[in-house]
Amino acid sequence: MSSFLAAAIAATLVLYSLAIAMAALRLVRGPHAHDRVLALDFLFAVALLTLLVLAIRYGSSMYFEAALLMALFGFVGSAALAKFLLRGEVIE
Amino acid sequence: MTPASTGEVVVAALLLASGALVLTAALGLSRLPDFFQRMHAPSLANTLGAWLVTLASIVHFSSLDGRPSLRVLVINALLAITAPVTTMLLARAALFRRRLAGDPLPPPLGGDDVPRGQERR
Repeated sequence: MSSFLAAAIAATLVLYSLAIAMAALRLVRGPHAHDRVLALDFLFAVALLTLLVLAIRYGSSMYFEAALLMALFGFVGSAALAKFLLRGEVIE
Repeated sequence: MTPASTGEVVVAALLLASGALVLTAALGLSRLPDFFQRMHAPSLANTLGAWLVTLASIVHFSSLDGRPSLRVLVINALLAITAPVTTMLLARAALFRRRLAGDPLPPPLGGDDVPRGQERR
């Protein structure tokens, strides 16, 4: 890996962490419960992208499985929370 | 210091573009005034942001292994299936809860960040 690509990856990770900070602000501030669920869903998406970037950084495809699980559990968590907001219970 | 190859320049450009896109999505999520406007922002990261990283990953690992490496596309397929479902469920939940709370729908232009009764009309 050239130091050029390493620098680009570092810059990308900095951009991602800024995005995570902003989403965390929305997660804390609300104002509604569905705002927090949306922010959590976005945090899951950014974490998934971070894992993919780390896979490129370390040249290891082990990260793909983790990213796949992240996508899956992000969906399950957001869907369950949205269902809870809609109905008051997750499994009817 | 090894000089950067063409593939690495492509990977770097794709990654930086995805970083800018995700930051835009986060800006939208934190700055837009109303929930239904804020819902639009994260789909930037879920669609084009994820696609750019996927392409970067495919280019990088294909040049690393010397053969096409397309495993990352599974993640994108999964995202393409799940992201719209989450968005629809959340939109319906938000609509339901705000109807229940007696909020004016469609919402006022000032958004729901300001307390009720003090919105700009």
